[in-house]
Amino acid sequence: MNSSALTPGTPAPDFTLHATPDQTVSLSDFRGQNVVLVFYPADWSPVCGDQIALYNQILPEFRRLGAEPVGISVDGVWCHRAFSENRHLHFPLLADFEPKGEVARRYGVYREKEGTTERALFVVDGEGVIRWSYVSPVGVNPGADGILEALEGMQSGAQTAGAGR
Amino acid sequence: MSRLTPPVGADDHALGPADAPVTLVEYGDYECPHCGRAAPIVERVVRRFGDRLRFVFRNFPLTEMHPHAEHAAEAAESAGAHGGERGFWAMHHAIYAHQQDGPDALGDARLAEYAGELGLDGRAVLADVRAERSAERIQSDFMSGVRSGVNGTPTFFINGRRFDEAWDDEGLSAAIERAGARGQA
Repeated sequence: MNSSALTPGTPAPDFTLHATPDQTVSLSDFRGQNVVLVFYPADWSPVCGDQIALYNQILPEFRRLGAEPVGISVDGVWCHRAFSENRHLHFPLLADFEPKGEVARRYGVYREKEGTTERALFVVDGEGVIRWSYVSPVGVNPGADGILEALEGMQSGAQTAGAGR
Repeated sequence: MSRLTPPVGADDHALGPADAPVTLVEYGDYECPHCGRAAPIVERVVRRFGDRLRFVFRNFPLTEMHPHAEHAAEAAESAGAHGGERGFWAMHHAIYAHQQDGPDALGDARLAEYAGELGLDGRAVLADVRAERSAERIQSDFMSGVRSGVNGTPTFFINGRRFDEAWDDEGLSAAIERAGARGQA
């Protein structure tokens, strides 16, 4: 387990990365809604394929909880495009490609030796603060249960906070 | 993390006695080739453990990747509705046995044929499949899997805990033996 990953309560470092050759996505674009940052080692690898396919399948559930998933790996935009088309993905994959792994480093989830990111999840709230994070053993697909519990916890927390309105 | 939610209940499709010391649950997708490979392994394990094991199947169709997975699940559920648990399991096995027959192996018409070959009313099954009569149940299975930490197909749970090791004959059998021994201790 990587102990340097950013922890809940930390402001999520903003970033701008390419989603396609001519389109960039910034974390700050998502202000006002929850974001699930999904760092994964590589497009096409069997574990990642399952993990990304699972999140794609449960997109409606993420959206019901006010969250958008965003995949991040060190793969380049053309690789992401091919992978995304092959798996019919409906959420963006961002290329942490140049300088390589820069965003992963800032979140404390870069693996120097392998030159890839950890298999790490961050739930960021609408104010840009990390509310939940999890680093999975790199060969183990973490599933979605932890993410959904975190999002539900935030939702019920928000309801309690807003009860006086 | 990753415990089976909800636990196995009366609505589940189960093979083997309810009071068996070990329950093996599979979340599977009828079009997933890995699940196809797992099917004969599970059958062997079920035979090997006999009354010491209960096997439960829950639907986890990844429809974005597998366009026939949902209707195949509908067909198995329909076989269950018309032919009871025996009908369900016969159809379950038939679908996996035919999975690799060709690009249309799990098309609606073929699913109805498999049902007919099992002595079920193929036309009734076809109507159920087209109407997606079991959509709610299949979705509820799927969401229970998501909640339980299913991370791909197949995912197995042994006595409620996710099984993360290799699901070959030896791996599954060893884990089932261990779970059985824990239950007796």
